[in-house]
Amino acid sequence: MTTQSDNVLEDIAPGTFDTEVTSGRKNFGKLMTGLVIGCVVVAILPLGSIIFMLLKNGLSRLFQDFPSVFTELPPPPLVDGGGFSNAIVGTLITCLIGALISLPVGILTAIYTIEFGRGNKLSQFVRFCTNVLSGVPSIIAGLFAYGIVVLTMGNFSAIAGGVALSVLMMPIIIRTAEEGLKSIPSEVRQGLVGIGATNFQGVASVILPATLPFIATGATLALARAAGETAPLLFTALFNQFQARSLKEPIATLSVLIYNFAIAPYKNQNELAWAAALVIVALIMTVSVLSRTLTARKVY
Amino acid sequence: MTNPSTRPNPSSATLSEDIVITTENVSIFYGAFQAVRNVYLDIPKNKVVAFIGPSGCGKSTLLRCYNRLNDLIPSARVEGKVTYQNIDLYDPKVDPVEVRRRIGMVFQRPNPFPKSIYENIAFGARVNGYKGDMDELVERSLRGAALWDETKDKLKQSGLALSGGQQQRLCIARTIAIEPEVILMDEPCSALDPISTLRVEDLMHELKQRFTIIIVTHNMQQASRVADYTGFFNAEATEGGSRFGYLVEYDKTESIFNAPKQKATQDYVSGRFG
Amino acid sequence: MTLQTIAHSETLIESSQKFNPVRLVDRIFYWVTVAMAIAIGVILLWITWSLLSIAFPAIAKFNIGFLFSTSWNPVQDSFGALPQITGTIVSSIIALLFAVPLGVGVAVFLSENFLPSKLQTPLAFVVELLAAVPSVVYGMWGIFVLVPFILPGLQTIHNLFGWFPLFSTAPSTRQMFATALVLAIMILPTIIAISRDSLLSVSPQLRQGAYGLGATRWETLVQVIVPSALSGIIGSVMLALGRALGETMAAAMLIGNSNRISASLFAPASTISAMIANQFAEASGLQKSSLFYLALVLMVLTLVVNVLAEIIVSKFQQVE
Repeated sequence: MTTQSDNVLEDIAPGTFDTEVTSGRKNFGKLMTGLVIGCVVVAILPLGSIIFMLLKNGLSRLFQDFPSVFTELPPPPLVDGGGFSNAIVGTLITCLIGALISLPVGILTAIYTIEFGRGNKLSQFVRFCTNVLSGVPSIIAGLFAYGIVVLTMGNFSAIAGGVALSVLMMPIIIRTAEEGLKSIPSEVRQGLVGIGATNFQGVASVILPATLPFIATGATLALARAAGETAPLLFTALFNQFQARSLKEPIATLSVLIYNFAIAPYKNQNELAWAAALVIVALIMTVSVLSRTLTARKVY
Repeated sequence: MTNPSTRPNPSSATLSEDIVITTENVSIFYGAFQAVRNVYLDIPKNKVVAFIGPSGCGKSTLLRCYNRLNDLIPSARVEGKVTYQNIDLYDPKVDPVEVRRRIGMVFQRPNPFPKSIYENIAFGARVNGYKGDMDELVERSLRGAALWDETKDKLKQSGLALSGGQQQRLCIARTIAIEPEVILMDEPCSALDPISTLRVEDLMHELKQRFTIIIVTHNMQQASRVADYTGFFNAEATEGGSRFGYLVEYDKTESIFNAPKQKATQDYVSGRFG
Repeated sequence: MTLQTIAHSETLIESSQKFNPVRLVDRIFYWVTVAMAIAIGVILLWITWSLLSIAFPAIAKFNIGFLFSTSWNPVQDSFGALPQITGTIVSSIIALLFAVPLGVGVAVFLSENFLPSKLQTPLAFVVELLAAVPSVVYGMWGIFVLVPFILPGLQTIHNLFGWFPLFSTAPSTRQMFATALVLAIMILPTIIAISRDSLLSVSPQLRQGAYGLGATRWETLVQVIVPSALSGIIGSVMLALGRALGETMAAAMLIGNSNRISASLFAPASTISAMIANQFAEASGLQKSSLFYLALVLMVLTLVVNVLAEIIVSKFQQVE
């Protein structure tokens, strides 16, 4: 297609294009900007309300009964006062058991998929399983622990709760540990091989220490998730009005306490539920912020 | 152009020396791709041997087959025979970790471990079962790598905090601490400034009293300065279009630079190449 | 030197073949990591198997009809899950109807420079923190704050549009609609975070190209950027759907656990997970078995959704 004129633009009849951005186009922009700002406002409202209500209802009870909420046991119905000391201890214990199971399994799995079998069939299979596992509804993790721990041991227990939580923590730990291992430059691995270190020596004394910030991040993220979980604990850890005396006994946790007390028809219980919710949210937020500062301390 | 695959050992100059490593008809493959073809080459004891040649000629690949570093690449395969002290390095009975204890390596980019200067050296010795006085070994190794004076007051600092040249000398110290017999150096100065390069070269002269050194370099001046023997490698394209590397000539360094027997060597060392 | 004598007094083969605890530890370590990697797969199979084995009596008795029956009668040992399955799907879909436009809108806002970056980063951080608020807290907020707040409005809607089946019952304090709203708020952070990531990963050249043609910011966004990030956005929606389907606490606290399928959104309903949470403690025999059957249905449902999400997101990563 040869044109008679050298300048293509000269061939365009005047008026083919608008000489300025039309008001219609401008208004479309304004409308859309207004719309997304509306979205932000609508999204912020409930989220802001949750935080406000937590502070309002939770703080008043915490201050009013300080420090007895942290030291006393949950009250029976129609009794005033009380606290949730056993639930705080229980949340810590179940999370700890979950971490004790999921950390070694998760870290060793990540070491396999990155250090030994990067890209091979088993690693791909593990990746698939990790993804599926992270999508498993938490209540199913609870049923699983019920099936394998509660039914075999014969009663509800802190151990069963920990097992249920470990299933939910596992994928988080595997993923962050894999990220950390991937961040180690391959030159370091070559250097290790070059001085005649075995894989174990290299991983244990150089690679894993350098990955530690990532693993700490993964562990805190996993703990933050586990601390808030309720559904997996309902039929594993169950609940306990008192301090559990052994890991083989049912144990109280903050999240189950919130559930029980929020749906209870007693004002005192409802108030305690708000206070417990504030405690657990504050705990989770602290841990989440902490995990961010940990990742900032990268070695490489 | 002569066909390199039919040529036997292109060097006879080394035969009079005490030989540590022999390379007999070695070819190295990555999957179906042949990276190095039919190399015959002997490494004499307590000498510095340099491998030079254009990039892609397989000199680094060959170097890495001496401490079985190519084992880390799943598709890599070595054919032919490599011996160290008359033992086939690729004998199934030989443990590659054991090989790397005796044949140490310094890499292209300095790669100190994320540990203190002291630990960088102590770690290698410890994994290799050293039970002597660690402080003394660290000092001796750092002195051996000409790094002691600069670091003696900050041994607890991270090795990563050193400058590039110091890091590379730390890696050399780390290698000599495990008392290998042979040290492989894969373009050890390519990431360093000229002054640091000079220090590492001076170091090599001292180190060859105790170690046999094989160095890969793309810097001909460096080869002529440090090496007793030099092997010139070249790359050639096959009919399929892929390139393979081969050894063109291997001789005393003076001969390679002053009186090369092959035209390709002559072209390369006189700068008429590529 | 000690080291030197060890290294050089014997040949390579001798030292290689000598019993060496260091090498033994290394081999054991390798096999332990292999075992752990395999364990991840085993756990997944174990979960499925433990559900299956306990659910087996119910599967054998009710077969596929379980999915289409509405009866849940522990006295007569007759169980069916249709109300729970419908409730799960309907509540999740309503949640998506609210959360997707809202979430994508916020994601667009946070990925563009509407705000100075000093404000934008904390805002994005707050959104991420909200993903960490436990679902039981959302549920409690729903009971004490949201339901009392929306009830008068819902009553008005019922008064005006009561002839329309969706609004045909007077709003109950435990109901489908409020549950779906809380679910929507819960999945909002997921949608915002992943959609924002995929919007931010659109190549700046595309944007410059569109600007270079004289397109306005919003023409570029609507016609170039959002379509390029679409697979990532859809992936985020699928992941959020997976979360909504499996969510237990908010539904258990808010939906009312009615075993009837009602056309009205203002009536109590039930979901799979809420049903399990509510009935498990008192269930035994065939009822417990039926609850495990329900859990299996939920597992399959979320698995399908998550695998689809996985495929969509990985496609988006390939394009990237």
